Amino acid sequence: MYSRPLRQLVLAQRACIASITLRSTMETTAPGAQGLSPSSMMQHRLIHPLLPSSAPAASNVDAAAAATDATSVSILDHDNDNAAHPHGGSVVTSPPSIESHPAASSSPLPPPAPSSLPPSTTTTAIATNQDQSHGMYPGSSNNVLPFTSLLEVVTPEQHPTWPVYRVLEPDGRVRAGALEPQLGEATVKKMYTIMVRLQAMDTIFYNAQRQGRISFYMTSTGEEATHVGSAAALIPTDPVFAQYREGGVLMWRGFTLDQFADQCFSNCDDLGKGRQMPIHYGTAALHFQTISSPLATQIPQAVGAAYGVKLEDALQPIQQKRCVICYFGEGAASEGDFHAALNFAATLQAPVIFFCRNNGYAISTPVKDQFRGDGIVSRASGYGMHAIRVDGNDLLAVFNACQAAREVCVREGRPVLVEAMTYRVGHHSTSDDSTRYRSLVEIRKWHEHDCPLKRLRRWMEGKGWWSQEEEQQLRDEERVAVLQALERAEVKKKPGRKELFADVYKEKPRHLVEQEEELEAHVKKYPEVYGD
Amino acid sequence: MQGIAFLSTVAGTARAPGRLRRRLLSSSLRTTTRSYTPAAGVMTKRMNLFTAINDALRTAMDTDQSAIIFGEDVAFGGVFRCTVGLREDFGDGRVFNTPLCEQGIAGFGIGYASLGKTAIAEIQFADYIFPAFDQLVNEAAKFRYRSGNQFNCGGLTVRAPCGAVGHGGHYHSQSPEAYFTHTPGLKVVMPRSPAEAKGLLLSSIRAPDPVIFLEPKALYRAAVEEVPEGDYTIPLGRADVLREGRDVTVVGWGGQLRVLEKACDLAADEGIACELIDLRTLLPWDADTVMASVHKTGRLVVSHEAPKTGGFAAEVVAEMQERCFLFLEAPVQRVCGYDTPFPLVFEKVGREGGWEGGREGGREGGGGGGEGRGGGVG
Repeated sequence: MYSRPLRQLVLAQRACIASITLRSTMETTAPGAQGLSPSSMMQHRLIHPLLPSSAPAASNVDAAAAATDATSVSILDHDNDNAAHPHGGSVVTSPPSIESHPAASSSPLPPPAPSSLPPSTTTTAIATNQDQSHGMYPGSSNNVLPFTSLLEVVTPEQHPTWPVYRVLEPDGRVRAGALEPQLGEATVKKMYTIMVRLQAMDTIFYNAQRQGRISFYMTSTGEEATHVGSAAALIPTDPVFAQYREGGVLMWRGFTLDQFADQCFSNCDDLGKGRQMPIHYGTAALHFQTISSPLATQIPQAVGAAYGVKLEDALQPIQQKRCVICYFGEGAASEGDFHAALNFAATLQAPVIFFCRNNGYAISTPVKDQFRGDGIVSRASGYGMHAIRVDGNDLLAVFNACQAAREVCVREGRPVLVEAMTYRVGHHSTSDDSTRYRSLVEIRKWHEHDCPLKRLRRWMEGKGWWSQEEEQQLRDEERVAVLQALERAEVKKKPGRKELFADVYKEKPRHLVEQEEELEAHVKKYPEVYGD
Repeated sequence: MQGIAFLSTVAGTARAPGRLRRRLLSSSLRTTTRSYTPAAGVMTKRMNLFTAINDALRTAMDTDQSAIIFGEDVAFGGVFRCTVGLREDFGDGRVFNTPLCEQGIAGFGIGYASLGKTAIAEIQFADYIFPAFDQLVNEAAKFRYRSGNQFNCGGLTVRAPCGAVGHGGHYHSQSPEAYFTHTPGLKVVMPRSPAEAKGLLLSSIRAPDPVIFLEPKALYRAAVEEVPEGDYTIPLGRADVLREGRDVTVVGWGGQLRVLEKACDLAADEGIACELIDLRTLLPWDADTVMASVHKTGRLVVSHEAPKTGGFAAEVVAEMQERCFLFLEAPVQRVCGYDTPFPLVFEKVGREGGWEGGREGGREGGGGGGEGRGGGVG
């Protein structure tokens, strides 16, 4: 199988490995190397059935694993944290790009015995006129890198495109080989109901803004399955850090139509006390962090929260461990905070699901003006992170993918990037007219031929769980419920003036007390201007 | 620059007594500046600033199991040794390096604190805090308010070394307090000495609001004093009157207090009794204490290392002229850094070193500082 020089090299290396196995059998993971034991590879396959498990990658990794297991902790280790982390021995995902890498495939050899021995011992085990096959560099977290004599600047096109995980075809058929999630009829109907309610709220609140009743609104049309599929895969106490187009997540958790409407009208029942624009929801009771307008700022915050959750739940059984989920769009993923966050999460090993809604547009900016890589999911491998790409309009696939991602988070304490491919059917917001930068044909094509609600409904009808009558009834009920909530919220009073100065700090400092007194005096002086 | 400029300012604004009175007064006016005075019987230990900071961090970690310390290079002890020994004592889950990314450090800290926990972030130099500016200003500062008090990140404290050190140049010398004092929702604290730093840092960590804690790096080794052992706090939002005097109120914070002490001593030689005040907390700042002093003295000088225009002295001056206008005997003065990036080769001109080198006429300092600023009523 190998050429003669290579065979000699392999034999020499095996001899070397055998000679040091005796010295260091009890060492576990080298802090500089990601521990890759055969048993953890098996676990890898069980947890990630959705990922390609092609042989070349496995053999590379297994061979490396065998060598690494046989060798000791690197003596070059300084401050490397990996060994000390509770989950320091966990598995590295090989994304498709590595197994097809020409350089990697040309040298399917195990790495040589690294650093537990002084360099002189290593070189006597290998003939000194042999080319080194691998080198040790502290700058690589793998520590051991193969050398190549082949000059090749790898092009991005050589990395294969990430596949899109899908369970249902748009016509509601289950794909060959796909597994439907174990969800009962009641749960599925609840999921569908939430999506219908979200659509009704989006339609009516958008129109309310057009009528001047609320100042601003953003719809989630076309992305309903990304909300409900993901939210349903979480437990209620998993903290959520969202961007602004995730109303369905809140709805799933139990945020009522009244609460949505109160926030949009900034009335006295708004949990945010009227301080922010519409759609900037937040609720501590449902573990949903308050939305803020700056994009991507929530992403590193989600990592900090995940780290805290991991410490807090360290002694909990798996069923009670939490993870954090963080939502953002493909445009926000260009912000520095995205890159900061993913690197932190992978390095510090924070249990967070990074859920990217890749809906094709950031206001008017199409993805070709946003990035040139293979979407957002391809970035994960650069950070050393698990990842999956999913059809965002397939609720069952989104559910499965998030469930699998969540498993990684709570079992291994490591982050996962989920990229949901979808389409923003509506305008960016009520301040946008998207027909100025895209065609009606394109919008209609997605709305009519790849609507997430239609897809799920067809599947439900196929199972005998849904009918046209129920459809009509549900649509009517939700429409009425939304209208009533809107009307109730509209007539409520606004928050009192004292809410202007409260909560800047926990306790009001002197200068705010003075400013508040100043305002009150001013208002009293001009009742004709300020009313009551 | 600042010593000479200060003296000319004070001489200009204060009454100038005759020579005999000056000699009699000067010794009594050179009051020993007191730092934080512990209660009787409290054990103290000689510490420099980084040791005192380390002690405060250790105390915080001991008393709050949720507290974590993170940032660049904190694991081995920190580039200024403020975190020495903490990883060994509290473990790598609670004291750890982050990747090199200030916006990540700040965001991570906010998220951790949002769970109600204590996050102590270190930014390696205040000059590098700007990538974190969005997280601090748009997120941390507004976290409680925007959520209707459902959420908060009060457990966040961001520590950063600030100020000139003699060879830092543009990017190891900045004092960015003014950017943050302009942000409602943040608190900004700068200690002047080791004992002050320990108490103020513990207060900052325990404050239910996000705090930017700026540590004058020139004092890390150079400032040494008896620091109380054990757990103590100095309240935020309260200024400290270091010495009393009837002639002029002098206000500063952080490392500048050392310069101001010397300047007040020089003024005392001229018979001028300065009342020296350390603001300690810049946001919210203790306007009442300064106001009471200016009512007494009728004259005010505010001094800081950071550039003059838009510097925090402007805030103090504006508020005091508004409150104390009828009590003022002279225009309020500011003695501040020049409005340039902090230049390496010219650092002496802007620091007390220049003054010490040129006391008679200020060979180095006079050129920079003698602008005849003391234009007030003599």
